[in-house]
Amino acid sequence: MDYLQQFCQQTLNGMSLGSIYALLALGYTMVYGIVKLINFAHGDILMVGAFVSYFFLRRWGITPVTLMLSFLPAMLFCLTLGVLIEKICYKPLRDQPRINTLITAIGVSFFLENGARVIPGIGPNPRVFPTLSAVNYTLLGVNISQVQILVFIVAIILMVLLNYIVSFTKIGKAMRAVSFDKGAAYLMGINVDRVISFTFVLGSSLAAAAGILFASSYPQIEPYMGTMPGMKAFIAAVLGGIGSIPGAVLGGFILGVAETLAKGFLSSQLSDAIAFGLLIIILVVKPSGLLGKPMGEKV
Amino acid sequence: MNKKVLTLGALVVVLAVIIFLLTGRGGSDTLKIGTIMSTSGPVSHFGSQCRDAIQLAVDEFNAKGGVLGKQVELIVEDDEKNPEKTMNALIKLATKDKVKVVLGALTSDCTLAITKEAQQRGILLFTPTSTSDAVTDAGDLIFRSCFKDSFQGEVMAQYAVETLGASKAAVLYDMNNDYSTGLTKSFEETFAAFGGTVVASEAYAGGDKDFNAQITKIKAVDPEVLFLPDYYNTIALITKQVRNQGLDVTMLGPDGWDELVGQAGKEAVGGFYCNHYSPDADDPEVEAFVRKFKERYNITPNALAALGYDAAYIALEAIERAGTDDPQTLKEALMETGKKYVTGYITFDEEHNPVKSTTILKVIQGADGKLATEYVGMVNP
Repeated sequence: MDYLQQFCQQTLNGMSLGSIYALLALGYTMVYGIVKLINFAHGDILMVGAFVSYFFLRRWGITPVTLMLSFLPAMLFCLTLGVLIEKICYKPLRDQPRINTLITAIGVSFFLENGARVIPGIGPNPRVFPTLSAVNYTLLGVNISQVQILVFIVAIILMVLLNYIVSFTKIGKAMRAVSFDKGAAYLMGINVDRVISFTFVLGSSLAAAAGILFASSYPQIEPYMGTMPGMKAFIAAVLGGIGSIPGAVLGGFILGVAETLAKGFLSSQLSDAIAFGLLIIILVVKPSGLLGKPMGEKV
Repeated sequence: MNKKVLTLGALVVVLAVIIFLLTGRGGSDTLKIGTIMSTSGPVSHFGSQCRDAIQLAVDEFNAKGGVLGKQVELIVEDDEKNPEKTMNALIKLATKDKVKVVLGALTSDCTLAITKEAQQRGILLFTPTSTSDAVTDAGDLIFRSCFKDSFQGEVMAQYAVETLGASKAAVLYDMNNDYSTGLTKSFEETFAAFGGTVVASEAYAGGDKDFNAQITKIKAVDPEVLFLPDYYNTIALITKQVRNQGLDVTMLGPDGWDELVGQAGKEAVGGFYCNHYSPDADDPEVEAFVRKFKERYNITPNALAALGYDAAYIALEAIERAGTDDPQTLKEALMETGKKYVTGYITFDEEHNPVKSTTILKVIQGADGKLATEYVGMVNP
């Protein structure tokens, strides 16, 4: 395998990881754009989504059809959970200082993780996520596996769908209006509560989908599985410019590719340090993120 | 006001007395043995079976009238494979339960976290399963009943060269785990000493799930064997990604691969690993142990269970020989061990490590489509 082939292969590996980060980062960035809240429980929604799909697949067996069908219950369950979390935990604190909501979000995250640990059906021990058998295709010396193809297709469909909802529907227009100026949007007769709930619906269902893709790529699920991808996705959202939807997608891909290339060509021991060092440099040069609007206020 | 304070004071005193009565000890009529096992968390299949096997051994002693005329009481602590929790568990066993002998911990990183503390507190620490070379370095009160990592690494490297005829090897290891780094070192040294070349040595951090970058790098140098020194849960993820990338190598592993057959898919078929025993071995001790364990827990015991059972037997028999569980006397009695146990004939060398043979197993696909292991051979030290 020559150098160029290896480079293409590593980039492909990175894009596959990056598209999962991107899906998750979208949830962070949308919620931040609308309510200015860093929803730290978002990574744990990924875990819940993976477990719902796990139970579905255990009941119905693993075939390509059931795997695709399992997106439905997982996304439905997680969007309900997301809305419930918003109504119970975040809404009563909406007029409080922002730090209160932030701490609540961390609390919700711990609640979900440790709640999953004590539920008898889930428990603290890792489980094996059912996967389709390994099939890979080679194109010009670059190897792509069935799982990677699945990840790309699902991620692209969901991103296109999201773009359509945000840009071309009435509720999407309302979301953009609320994100621009909540007070003015309210005075214009937009139901702000509904818009916020809808944002959580979108974010949580994307997280559930990311959970299934993550579990299919790395077939081991446990209550803390959402912590690391959640953290990385948050960083991806900040990198792309938090609040910006294209920014989150770009940030996710950049982070995934940077991480993989650092492992592949520099040092597998220092990969995280190198990837995050790169992010620090980008943020020093452009503090509001790659596609973020410059703001005068500190976050 | 004053009355309130008085009532409150009285309540506190009553509470204190109750707590004192509840925790106070009468004369000790049982012999307490502590054990620290990872019965939940990433290596729970190891920890729970090892604990069950120790309990089985203790119950067998109790059925025969106990040790030194006392019933043995086993106090189990779970550390979730977290070295900090192992330390907390040891301190709890030492101060609250006042045990003098602790069987544990399960994994090398957890055991290494507590060896110094145990030595300082004068507790005899006997780990059934921690294979890191450094475990018994902390002092004369630390023992183990399994072989060392340097031995495992040597055996697998020798096997790769002599039996599999490999000349190019790659290693993928966890840089944050003493077990994994120790094995890597001894494998690489031995493989080179036998005339082979280690063409790639790639690392990851514990808890990582994405190994595609490292595997692509390894694929580029085209090795014949891939040594994967880690525990079964990570190996299940790695083997999957190795096959997804279309990398065709023979995978080799240490005893941490035990239980892999229940966790991995078809990807792991064809791999070799060394282990402490094989449940199918034609041996009276093994047969008796497997039968008793199956009767009670309904599963075939893994190697960690066999080691736990042996450790409990070695320790309790030594206590009987010594006539006390005082660690200073007990350590002399342990050094006199020399008997056939489930995992082989065990004697201790001057560093408190057992001298015994290892079994090599191959991962195969059984007739029912499920993964199984096949006994390939035995290597003596």
